[in-house]
Amino acid sequence: MRYIDHASVVKRMSGRMIVNKIFQAIFLVATLFALLTLGVLFYRIISQGMGFLTPDFFMNFSSRFPEKAGIKAALVGSLWMMAVVAPVSLILGVGSAIYLEEYATKNKINSFIRMNIANLAGVPSVVFGLLGLTIFVRALSLGNSILAAGFTMSLLILPVIVVASQESIRAVPKELREASYAMGATKWQTIAKVVLPSAIPGILTGGILALSRAIGETAPLVVIGIPVIIQFLPENFLSQFTAMPMQIFDWAKRPQEAYQSVAAAGIIVLMIFLLAMNSIAVIIRNKFQKRY
Amino acid sequence: MALNEQKDKKSVQQLIAIQKGKKGKKWFEKSIPVILFVIASISVLTTFGIVFTLIFETFEFFRRVPILDFIFGKEWLPFSNSQPRYGILPLIAGTLKVTLIAVVVAVPIGLASAIYLSEYASDNMRRVIKPVLEVLAGVPTIVYGFFALTFVTPLLQQFIPELKIFNALSPGIVVGIMILPMIASLSEDAMSSVPNSIREGALALGATKLEVAMKVVLPAALSGIMASIVLAVSRAIGETMIVALAGGSTPRFDMDMTDSIQTMTAYIVQVATGDAGYGTTIYYSIYAVGFTLFLFTLLMNWLAHAISKRFREEY
Repeated sequence: MRYIDHASVVKRMSGRMIVNKIFQAIFLVATLFALLTLGVLFYRIISQGMGFLTPDFFMNFSSRFPEKAGIKAALVGSLWMMAVVAPVSLILGVGSAIYLEEYATKNKINSFIRMNIANLAGVPSVVFGLLGLTIFVRALSLGNSILAAGFTMSLLILPVIVVASQESIRAVPKELREASYAMGATKWQTIAKVVLPSAIPGILTGGILALSRAIGETAPLVVIGIPVIIQFLPENFLSQFTAMPMQIFDWAKRPQEAYQSVAAAGIIVLMIFLLAMNSIAVIIRNKFQKRY
Repeated sequence: MALNEQKDKKSVQQLIAIQKGKKGKKWFEKSIPVILFVIASISVLTTFGIVFTLIFETFEFFRRVPILDFIFGKEWLPFSNSQPRYGILPLIAGTLKVTLIAVVVAVPIGLASAIYLSEYASDNMRRVIKPVLEVLAGVPTIVYGFFALTFVTPLLQQFIPELKIFNALSPGIVVGIMILPMIASLSEDAMSSVPNSIREGALALGATKLEVAMKVVLPAALSGIMASIVLAVSRAIGETMIVALAGGSTPRFDMDMTDSIQTMTAYIVQVATGDAGYGTTIYYSIYAVGFTLFLFTLLMNWLAHAISKRFREEY
């Protein structure tokens, strides 16, 4: 008895192969769509903003006249904000990760902390802005200062840093820890001198990527009321300031055509920043990545 | 001689005993987990902070505006001097329009990319495409908003002349592009984790690659794919800058895609950039809207979590 009708299989096979090829082409086109979008996006922004990207653009404050508008205040403001976000978010993030990976036992409180971090990662950034407005700007009366914005951004990227640090701490093999204990080291000595040094490239990579998100994030800054027209550079962490995405948002909203180009020039500066940070992250990942 | 050496050098056991005698070290060692626990609780405090500020200020809002008017009201006119209305439905409609368009754009393209990457692509191809998706995922949303306003809208206006400068279609498409990498890479992860033995079984029975992908891999990875889509929807609901720049600020309760809209997030931005004073009803309304938004995204995140937990396939 023959279960398979050879003739009909042969007859249908070529059709099925053709359908396979057609769909392969469709899937490829869909995949290339992402590539195309990215290309168009970069091309549009560069061709629009390049003309405004003069040395003056970096030396001027924002202005009522598009040709005199510059990104100086926003660029310096973003750097000041990063000076708050980087230490705060790294200390909080790495500290939480060490606790969860090395000290936490499997009890209800710790699994609650874990679940909480996962949930926090899904909260929209605009809601973090509302938190920052209520707690930092009003309750702690920091005003719309660098500190208030920096704290808000730190909390926003905290889940990302915690998860990235947890992963790289988990990747440190058990044998290293056991060898350290066998030499008589205490738990903290083991963590500080064995685990963290091997985990630091992964932590830095994740941390830099998270910081690059904080640099580009706009919504929380809008909600906590960061001003856009700032004609001075910040003096300390309680100064008013403005940041690059905020400035771009303001330019993009203006009705005059010329401001579109100014906004595009601002976007180029922002994207160069992000690209540089991402490249550093990739270099660290490739250079220090250890395989056990 | 030998005896003298013994006297000078201490044994390891003695050294440990001396170390243990140092109280300071011990105290230090014990305080570390406590400090780290406090640091780890800050994330919990953040969640409590978010929930409590939202509930607290929303409560204040509901003392001024009846809760039923808020939930079922079909008009959102907070800036009206004579008769301000606070019905959330128009803002939800705006959010849903954008989300719907984003899903229509991102799900087919994202899934097709995921299938291509996991089933067809060579390693070289994957090495090119994956970083592109990562870059696309890392583009700040303000840049996407600018792109929607200055490129996508004028482009669409060539095909749809009645399209307004601010509309639902253009930000919807761009939000779709924004969530595309998320769907593609998470779904690809789910498909790649389907073991090769199952694929080979199907191929050995004479299935083509397409049949393997559609009838074997896709069903096996369905829970991961569904979870990725739900997570992406949550991101689309919470997306702010794209809709604030390209969506406009006209809350309307209908399904018109070509006219100006307002989403929940865009309303918060509008109030924050305006000059509504602290303590006014408008000020409290952004918390009520934020709370609604928070509930929507929380629901989606839990749904994604439940899907991937409930239907997880273990191989």
